[in-house]
Amino acid sequence: MNRRKKLGFNGHTAFVVFNTIFMIFMIVITLYPFYYSVIASFSNPGKLMAHQGALLLPLKPYTGEAYQVIFDHPLVLSGFRNSFIVLFLGTFLNLVATSLGAYFLSLKNVLWKDLVAFMIVFTMYFGGGMIPTYLTVKELGLTNTLWSLMIPGLIGTYNMIILRTGFQAVPDSLKEAAILDGASHMQLLTQVILPLCKANLAVIMLYYAVGHWNAWFNASIYIRDNTLFPIQYVARNFMESPDLMGGAGSEAARYQELLKYALIIVVSSPIVILYPFLQKYFAKGVMIGALKG
Amino acid sequence: MFWTKVKRDFKRNWTAYVFAIPVIAYYLIFHYKPMVGVVIAFKDFRPAIGIWESEWVGLQHFKDYISSYYFWRLIRNTLRISVTNLIVSFPAPIIFALLVNEVRNDKFKKTIQTISYLPHFVSMVVICGLVKLFVGQGGLITQFFMLFGRPDEPMLADPNLYVPIHVLSGVWAGIGWGSILYLSALSGINEELYEAAEIDGANRWKQTLHVTLPGISTTIITKLLLDAGHILSVGYEKIILLYNEKIYETADVISSFTYRRGLLDFQWSFSTAVGLFNSVINFILINVFNKISKKVTEVGLW
Repeated sequence: MNRRKKLGFNGHTAFVVFNTIFMIFMIVITLYPFYYSVIASFSNPGKLMAHQGALLLPLKPYTGEAYQVIFDHPLVLSGFRNSFIVLFLGTFLNLVATSLGAYFLSLKNVLWKDLVAFMIVFTMYFGGGMIPTYLTVKELGLTNTLWSLMIPGLIGTYNMIILRTGFQAVPDSLKEAAILDGASHMQLLTQVILPLCKANLAVIMLYYAVGHWNAWFNASIYIRDNTLFPIQYVARNFMESPDLMGGAGSEAARYQELLKYALIIVVSSPIVILYPFLQKYFAKGVMIGALKG
Repeated sequence: MFWTKVKRDFKRNWTAYVFAIPVIAYYLIFHYKPMVGVVIAFKDFRPAIGIWESEWVGLQHFKDYISSYYFWRLIRNTLRISVTNLIVSFPAPIIFALLVNEVRNDKFKKTIQTISYLPHFVSMVVICGLVKLFVGQGGLITQFFMLFGRPDEPMLADPNLYVPIHVLSGVWAGIGWGSILYLSALSGINEELYEAAEIDGANRWKQTLHVTLPGISTTIITKLLLDAGHILSVGYEKIILLYNEKIYETADVISSFTYRRGLLDFQWSFSTAVGLFNSVINFILINVFNKISKKVTEVGLW
């Protein structure tokens, strides 16, 4: 519903026209780079290199060669496998640990809760930094395993605070009734609170999942074995040096630009495809965070 | 008696503490242990003999850093990016939110919002990959500037262009997502204020000036002060993906330097010292600006 619809304005038309044009411009400028990548990745490589100016359609003759090279590459396949493992297992572990922490922090009348809360929030402002963290992960023997991509970021403090806010909003009467019925903390959490906080859980699940899918940096420092690289890091390496994709000679060199565009499409398409269905949860998370202040 | 209290609390809540164990363990291992690990900034750390056996060197690494050629360059580059961000990237989502708020067609408005949030969810590898292709040799943006006489060279090879590319690509990727905060503040403005202004004869522009802007000023000021606290912490991720040796002169910031020295050149102790120096300054800045923010917004509320 438009809140100010009934208010009429004089001399307003010029602004409305300008604003509409500006908004269309924003839409185009946001989407065009992705669209351009799609059409460039299917274009004829020679013509693409020679082409001047923007493109609206792929340059004929079309070719799917770039995608063939990408999907034939063993590192791309292992990259997808690793990313999916981290996505599902990592997000699951994130949710379990974050729920436990959020539940503990949402309790009342627990003596050490404030101390624990302080200890947790402090880490949002100060940390040991890159090298000591790296050394810790190495000491634990997590380097060169997929665990190094899941365990060091097990809990996002901000996500835990979002979830705690949701848990606290569950009416005390419900919690007390469950306790009177003899529910344990585990039952209270899994059978009363979590079902009521599905929306909050969905929001942080998406944040964690997107974070895992998009992550590359930790892999670059913790993992040596290239068959354990997640897809983003594989894509990064190939975009830095497309020769790594194999196929020697001038023929392969001609495809390098295409390969880069195709890689961009391949690694971002899961997000772009799922995004329209999930976007309402994403924005909701910011609102929850913003309300908390 | 304190101990009776502790005992009674434990008896009553021990199952809750069981819940907290993995969480506390996580924070101790992955956050507090590294905080202890920063002692290597004061040592000559050698992995073969371990942290505790390594020789103490006092403040040597800090002295080396501060007197090095890099020190001012890193501070300058970090500040240049943050300040440009505050001038360009900070107001952009506010203006965008104000304009989106003026869109009357709800469907169109929703579409714009949905599309504008999208780049936020695309990975940094992809964003920077796009940037490099578009400003690279033969790239679309490079071609555009060739119309004005630029040669067909990668724009990221020119140290003068790094900051604009970094900041403007950040605006492109972040303007929509950044506007959510302001849009939610805008939706919280009391409708009656607009009606009252309307009755007083205020036109649209005057309403924006006297109702809308004051309505979101607390949000703006809070966000500005929080951002200002991060003025010396420019993240390494984007820099590492975009920069190259030719433009270290303007593109290398404190965090990317820490990364390179520590993880690529294996100067563990020196790198940790640089990082610690920066963390302490950031901690102070963030807290100072938090305090100011609390004070200012409280005043704003009354």
